[in-house]
Amino acid sequence: MTTIFGVPMQALFGQLLLGLINGSFYAILSLGLAIIFGLLNIINFAHGALYMMGAFVAWMLLNYLGVNYWWALALAPLLVGAFGIVLERVLIARLYKLDHLYGLLLTFGMALIIQGLFRNYYGVSGLPYAIPPELSGGQRLPFMFLPNYRAWVVVASLAVCLATWLVIEKTKLGSYLRAATENPTLVQAFGVNVPLFLTLTYGFGVALAGFAGVLAAPIYSVNPNMGADIIIVVFAVVVIGGMGSILGSVITGFGLGLIEGLTKVFYPEASATVIFVIMVLVLLVKPAGLFGRAA
Amino acid sequence: MLRRMLLAAALGTLTAAAAQGQTPVKIGVLTDRSGVYADIAGEGSLVAARMAVEDFKAADKGLKVEVISADHQNKPDVGSAIARQWYDRDGVDMIIDGVTSSVALAINQVTKEKNRTFIDTGAGTADLTGVQCTPNTVHWVYDTVALANGTGGAMVKRGGDTWFFLTADYVFGQTLQRDTTAVVTKNGGKVVGSVKTPFPTADFSSFLLQAQGSGAKVIGLANAGGDTINAIKQAGEFGITEGGQALAGLLVFSSDVHSLGTKVAQGLVLTEPFYWDLTDATRAFSDRFAKQMGGKKPTANHAGVYAGTLHYLKAVEALKAASDGARVVARMKDMPTDDPLFGKGTIRVDGRKIHDMYLFEVKKPAESKGEWDLYKLLATIPGNEVFRPLNEGGCPLVKG
Repeated sequence: MTTIFGVPMQALFGQLLLGLINGSFYAILSLGLAIIFGLLNIINFAHGALYMMGAFVAWMLLNYLGVNYWWALALAPLLVGAFGIVLERVLIARLYKLDHLYGLLLTFGMALIIQGLFRNYYGVSGLPYAIPPELSGGQRLPFMFLPNYRAWVVVASLAVCLATWLVIEKTKLGSYLRAATENPTLVQAFGVNVPLFLTLTYGFGVALAGFAGVLAAPIYSVNPNMGADIIIVVFAVVVIGGMGSILGSVITGFGLGLIEGLTKVFYPEASATVIFVIMVLVLLVKPAGLFGRAA
Repeated sequence: MLRRMLLAAALGTLTAAAAQGQTPVKIGVLTDRSGVYADIAGEGSLVAARMAVEDFKAADKGLKVEVISADHQNKPDVGSAIARQWYDRDGVDMIIDGVTSSVALAINQVTKEKNRTFIDTGAGTADLTGVQCTPNTVHWVYDTVALANGTGGAMVKRGGDTWFFLTADYVFGQTLQRDTTAVVTKNGGKVVGSVKTPFPTADFSSFLLQAQGSGAKVIGLANAGGDTINAIKQAGEFGITEGGQALAGLLVFSSDVHSLGTKVAQGLVLTEPFYWDLTDATRAFSDRFAKQMGGKKPTANHAGVYAGTLHYLKAVEALKAASDGARVVARMKDMPTDDPLFGKGTIRVDGRKIHDMYLFEVKKPAESKGEWDLYKLLATIPGNEVFRPLNEGGCPLVKG
């Protein structure tokens, strides 16, 4: 059998595929962060908590109302997005004129409060959420056993990322959005309601987090800390991709998932740190990130 | 003048305390209140300590007991800083719980330095009563050697003679892997591989794939809490158990199984020293506990906090002083232990509390009669067989 550094090729393919699956979560989450940062200039530290809320809302819909996974996939992002809109109107909107740091502190504080509330009520062990029956089981590929659900995660997140990119790059709505990112005062002078735009953008970015949360519910333990664990990595992804770069965040998300997957084979102990090492290297060479423009 | 006044004041408080005949005792529950082990320990440990103080009727016996609590966040530096502050400034006499091995070893050192008492109920590392044992520490509930002997021994006897470990990359995971490897090889089995996973890890799929590829009959999970839950959940997804490989949860608490649900966890073999549904006494305790914890049943760790606090208070009552930790612990070792949750037992000279452990299997969904009806008992392993023999731990307190 062909081997690379002592690892069989076949095992390597499997690991790359798994890396791609983890990359899907990074991509959706960093996409939401990038959109929010691009337009609102807010470093949204509450993103992880809202991702966690997405998973919990899916669980609540199932256990309190009997709503199945497929409906939850549509409903939970809407509910989380609505919650985000309330947050933006009531709190975040007051900070646009201030330094980045205030937005960061506010959203970080909100994340701690949201996580604390869920922890108090549901504990940290997590709640069971089964894989929907349509997607249970898996395919026996030549190099690995691929659970159907994991394949679905990659397809769903690629579709969502692509759709978001198309809306932003190819539609009139998206052109307003890009223009408002560039120069909000001028866009407002043309009669576009920029504050409403900001609110809806935050709602959408947050809804993406909620969507990722529902995708994650059947494979990870649904627990209040799930967002806190992933958010730091996702921030590193955004920094590597370039703050505010939509396409950059998606490509970096999938790419870093792959690199992390490879690290898990060759030197598992470092798999939690490899992304941060890359972040340091990228910042040294290209401080604006791989796809960012120098300010 | 000032000196005389101070002296008078000091004497005054002394006589006042003596007049009431109350010995002050301050207990600190130092635990993970917000991280991955907060359900195993956390708030429940504080509740259990308070229940022990209540049941001991401390006030009637001349003890004025105060219980406080803090979050060590699973970080050894945070844990030792709090322990130091508690001992130096806040007058804490005894620290209990100490979940997370790396933190426990840190508290262990500070406690010895300050000559107070440390009763560890949550951490796994057998080094607490081995090379790092002190005259100030008692290790109550379980340790890595006992888990290895229980689950490891049972799995090999059932035919699982080749092992692959998923090991949490810190002191607990490493000692657990070391001790289980010893048991597996002693029973004629072989370890074919292992992978160190960062702590904590959400996605185990890559590591599970490596375990699957190894062809080992048993995948040993040398981790705990959220890590174990995620690993078991994802093992089901990747068809590991259907493919004929067995999972061995080396440290699984009832709260973990409750979180997984019997559908995912069924058939899992595990070792615990306590389960709420063992005897009338454990059921009565667990019902009272659940009333204060929103319906959650106690874990073995919570039971250990309760039993450890009770035994500690007995020793303090006998000595009428709590401040000299080595003396209190010596007294605890002299007295046989007897409590409603672990029954009769002893504390060895190395600080190891000896009691029976139980080999459980997680019930199938059809067998389970309720949300918390999780285990069926496979075997009782006597305390003198399951824990490491006294002379093999390398504890300096053991002579000869």
